[in-house]
Amino acid sequence: MDKIKITNISKIFGPQPALALQLLNQGLGKEEIFNQTGQAVGLANISFEVQEGEIMVVMGLSGSGKSTLLRCLNRLIDPSQGQVFIDGVDITTLDHEALLALRRQKFGMVFQHFALFPHRNILHNVEYGLEIQGMEVDKRREKARQSLKLVGLEGWEDAMPRQLSGGMQQRVGLARALAVEPDILLMDEAFSALDPLIRGDMQSELLQLQERVRKTIVFITHDLDEALNIGSRVVLMKDGKVVQIGTPEDIISQPADDYVKRFVENVDKSRVLTAHAVMVWPRLLASPQDEPAQVLANMAEENLSSLVVVNADQTLAGIVRMETLTQAIERGDKTLENSIEREVPTVTAKEPLKGLISILATWPLSLPVIDKQRKLLGIVVKGMILSALAKRGNH
Amino acid sequence: MEELSISELPLGNLLSLPLWETVIIFALLVLLSWWAAGRLVAAVTAIGLGVMWMLRFQTFEIEKVPLDEWVEDSLNFLTDHFAFVTKGISKLTDVGIDYVIDGLMYFPPWLVILVFTFLAWRLAGRNVAFLTAVGLVFLWNLHLWKPTMETLTLVLFATFISVSIGVPLGVMAAISNTFYRIVMPILDFMQTMPAFVYLIPAIPFFGLGAVSAIFATVVFAVPPSIRFTCLGIKQVPAELIEAADAFGSTQTQKLLKLQLPLAVPTMMAGVNQTIMLALSMVVIAAMIGAGGLGGEVWKAIQRLKSGMGFEAGLAIVILAMILDRITQKIAKGHKV
Repeated sequence: MDKIKITNISKIFGPQPALALQLLNQGLGKEEIFNQTGQAVGLANISFEVQEGEIMVVMGLSGSGKSTLLRCLNRLIDPSQGQVFIDGVDITTLDHEALLALRRQKFGMVFQHFALFPHRNILHNVEYGLEIQGMEVDKRREKARQSLKLVGLEGWEDAMPRQLSGGMQQRVGLARALAVEPDILLMDEAFSALDPLIRGDMQSELLQLQERVRKTIVFITHDLDEALNIGSRVVLMKDGKVVQIGTPEDIISQPADDYVKRFVENVDKSRVLTAHAVMVWPRLLASPQDEPAQVLANMAEENLSSLVVVNADQTLAGIVRMETLTQAIERGDKTLENSIEREVPTVTAKEPLKGLISILATWPLSLPVIDKQRKLLGIVVKGMILSALAKRGNH
Repeated sequence: MEELSISELPLGNLLSLPLWETVIIFALLVLLSWWAAGRLVAAVTAIGLGVMWMLRFQTFEIEKVPLDEWVEDSLNFLTDHFAFVTKGISKLTDVGIDYVIDGLMYFPPWLVILVFTFLAWRLAGRNVAFLTAVGLVFLWNLHLWKPTMETLTLVLFATFISVSIGVPLGVMAAISNTFYRIVMPILDFMQTMPAFVYLIPAIPFFGLGAVSAIFATVVFAVPPSIRFTCLGIKQVPAELIEAADAFGSTQTQKLLKLQLPLAVPTMMAGVNQTIMLALSMVVIAAMIGAGGLGGEVWKAIQRLKSGMGFEAGLAIVILAMILDRITQKIAKGHKV
């Protein structure tokens, strides 16, 4: 089941939303509606789902409605129409009590300017959510300490927020959100106020943290690089509408329209495109039981200097080179077993091109792409990367 | 009853001008109000001027609105039916005040000065402690110890009551917009009305003496408590409120855990204002027998003794400085 499901959400800012909604549902644009009713359309008929454990990034420039959308998820802002389902429950119909309970149980939120409580020290900030739930002091302090440890801030419990740097303050913000053990983490431009180096660090730390805690994360940003870097999927928004939804690779390789294309032009593609996008299935494979002379003949025919060897269950055995095969034939080997070079570099399908480039700088042969069970998925050779970067560049 | 003719009003001269001049001047007035305040006001001006033009030689009588009678009637009604309650409160409070004053006077002044100096040192640091010690010793030396203690007690009572009333009202004004819009004009009214006026109705309700003085003082000194509490709560950044909401805080939790703690510095500034206003009422309250330093000033006025008046006045200044510095330091100490 979808963790979060949004169907047909719209938000009108103004005194008579019904009127504006009517026009919106007739298909009028944001500007026409503003001219006719003087009311602003914040969100226009947005629908998408977020899967459990996914990092869904909502990306858009200021005024695109992304923050409004985020606040509709826990009803800090009430949508004017549409439904929001959390774990299959339509939260737009909840009364105030149930809404508070929902926010306490399911959500943690991280803010752009940290929103730490200036009169409370770090520990008391982190325990706030638990305190609100009415947890006993000892228990909630213990949990808050664990949460601080998770973000690498042990020993700072007694400091006040203003004594911490921006990056550290946002870690506290993250710890505060994680302390309540929420299913869903809402992050509103969480790293935008940090300087670029710290921001990069925080992004990778978030990804590492996500490996351990496996939350469903909705992350708002105006930075496409950030979106593509951390997003499992990305929702691109403009003027309160969704322009494109897809994986970072989809967005890079198949931009939905000129608006997205303009964004994508400035993105460092080698960080976003992965081995998956450039790998191919080898024309020729060998198995350890093959006869060296036969393999060598096939290689000569295909004009290859090396070959990937896979076992019967498709797992990677290694690589054989032309030179070692010649030696094997001279030795009189009946199989490839003694000629296989088993210590070869491998990558997963998720490896970005940047990583591939640095490996291929020192590895002259084709690079096997494997999955978790070491099954061969394909190979990457140097030329493919260059042609991939060149090709997508003039899309 | 007075007889009035519009031609006797300042505009009268204007209205008896020849027609064409009047028309030009009226047109200019209407244009001016249009330019300054818009179409609606211009229309009202035009109609008003027209009516005055038509009535220009009429004479008619304007009866005085008997506002004074209404106020007195309703006050009399309240006195007749409720004075026994307020008199009771008054008696009790009087006893309380007397106990505090007697208590303060029971100890030798040097001990009280030591205690106050210590308090000032703990609350506001060395400099203020020094000021407190020197100031109080000087007052003792001037033989103004008893009236100083009386005044201090009155001020503290009035401040305590003002804050107890002001903080809840301030919180309500911060939370409810409707309440805010009702309360703020009333506060303006309370603060603008000359403080003397409150003394008159205070007497039938509370009798002559300290309690009437405290009542009038509270009416005069409560507005800053309300205003500053409201301001302090409204100043809490929206992002923090949102964070508290996102964690599922109830209204009460938000108030107690976030808004009130963050409003404390501003509220302390309000307390400071309240104390200062209360002190400024002390002399006025002396006219209805509140005693204290104000009483000394009042005596000096009646006997035309400028030296005595100066001493008592200086004592009020010293007391004000001590209270001001201590509360200010507390407010700053809470800054976050």
